[in-house]
Amino acid sequence: MIKAEWFYWLVGAIFLLMAAQMLTDRTNPRRHGTAAFWGLLGLGFVYGTWVADKSAPAEPLGAAVLVMAGLAGFGFTGRGTARTTTPRQRAASARRLGSKLFVPALTIPVVALICAVGVKKLSFGGQPVLQKGSETILGLGIGSVVALAVAMALLREKKLSTPVHAGRSMLESMGWAMLLPQLLATLGTIFSVAGVGDQVRRITTAVLPDHSLHLAVVVYCVGMFLFTIVMGNGFAAFPVMTAAVGWPVLVVQEHGSAPAVLAIGMLAGFCGTLVTPMAANYNVVPAALLELKDQYGPIKAQLPTAVALLGCNIVIMSLFAF
Amino acid sequence: MIVLLGVLVVVIGFATRRNPLLVVGGAGIATGLLGGLSPQRVLAAFGEGFASSRSVTIFVITLPVIGLLERYGLQEQARRLISRFGALTTGRFLALYLLLRQLTAALGLNSVFGHAQTVRPLAAPMAEGAAERRHGPLPDKVREKVRSFAASADNVGLFFGEDVFLAVGSILLITGFVNTTYHTHLEPLDLALWAVPTALCALAVHGWRLLRLDCTLARAVARTADKPVGAAK
Repeated sequence: MIKAEWFYWLVGAIFLLMAAQMLTDRTNPRRHGTAAFWGLLGLGFVYGTWVADKSAPAEPLGAAVLVMAGLAGFGFTGRGTARTTTPRQRAASARRLGSKLFVPALTIPVVALICAVGVKKLSFGGQPVLQKGSETILGLGIGSVVALAVAMALLREKKLSTPVHAGRSMLESMGWAMLLPQLLATLGTIFSVAGVGDQVRRITTAVLPDHSLHLAVVVYCVGMFLFTIVMGNGFAAFPVMTAAVGWPVLVVQEHGSAPAVLAIGMLAGFCGTLVTPMAANYNVVPAALLELKDQYGPIKAQLPTAVALLGCNIVIMSLFAF
Repeated sequence: MIVLLGVLVVVIGFATRRNPLLVVGGAGIATGLLGGLSPQRVLAAFGEGFASSRSVTIFVITLPVIGLLERYGLQEQARRLISRFGALTTGRFLALYLLLRQLTAALGLNSVFGHAQTVRPLAAPMAEGAAERRHGPLPDKVREKVRSFAASADNVGLFFGEDVFLAVGSILLITGFVNTTYHTHLEPLDLALWAVPTALCALAVHGWRLLRLDCTLARAVARTADKPVGAAK
């Protein structure tokens, strides 16, 4: 059986290789801090395997996460100058290779597709070939490995350090944004253990007047929207707002259709994801990947759509859920 | 009441533009300690949170091959390819990308497209190539706008497509939370069906904005062209 953990180790190995390259990169004024950040991230990816199956203590990993946050947060990381081809060389190479260049690039989505549709159903000796529940990760991982092999054969590239180096400058430009989504996952857990949801429920029930259906719909949707902006994802906002308004008021008191209320409430939260820099993996990492000067560029492009769709969700819920 | 300080820390940190890692780390530690967790428990929570959310970062696995192909001119080739399709303007191309992204996500194929694997190497250069064919070399601001909208097409398509699929994380989170907390039984299929109206709205709203992008770009290019460049002093 192909397991997701293998690909986490591979990602960890990529981080460690890159950290080693960073350590010797004299063009980076803060190479030691940078190498420490990515090195710890790589080790964390591997050690995380045993934390996830609870066979190793989580505290050392937690300490490492806080050290990483400190390294990146206090500005001890930086980036070097990438050694790469010139625009002229790239144009010449594109003319020479032509559309062959698309073959490895399209290998990733095609293999991901095959894994999600076909390989998912295969089993070997009574065991599924792909670990159940991780098919998406595995599709992406297998696709990337196959694509790298195809690309290296096609381009007659022999050294594995070349692609690692080529991917490194993209990582360095993302910097702290890489760690934020994983740090936020923790914040959501801590908030729910510490009872933040109960407090929000107490406040909203105190503020909300009785039997005002439309106001309650607005409070639920806008609450999902705002809480998602603060928490960076709708998954953390959903239990809080549903326990506060969604279930007790909209479903129990006003007899709303539960699937409609909850599904649309979640989508109101997704509107918040479109406009928050906390959702770094969707908004800030792409800005770095696309080399934008304005790291809020994607958020600005999404803001009008997010507000319009929040309105749509409120209207759809008011009209059809009751 | 005091545990809400954590939310306040996030909001203030945001408003004063502190580094988000410090804000989130600080808010987590503060909330955990105020909520009565031992320091050791707080550390463990950070470790467990990191370990269980590693899938968010799995896209890094695509970066070496994308970086390698870019060294050999993948983005340039994407620009060249799009210039052969005259009818495909930036707006129409991105609207088509939005539709494809939403359809594949609705079928559960979330990782077929994405910022690292398709937006940076293919969609963004193609959108730029289409704009360059129409307007010539793009001013920096316009180039940023095109790229930002390419990222937005991916996000909107994914967010409002994936919930139509039954086995996606958010649907399972809803059924998991509600079925255990309120001892009821919700079917994923009902939830997925109720995601369809919003999905159609998202396609209409963002699709329309993408199609209008062509006019916006034309105006923006004209504005920059009017300004004298490097005026004599």
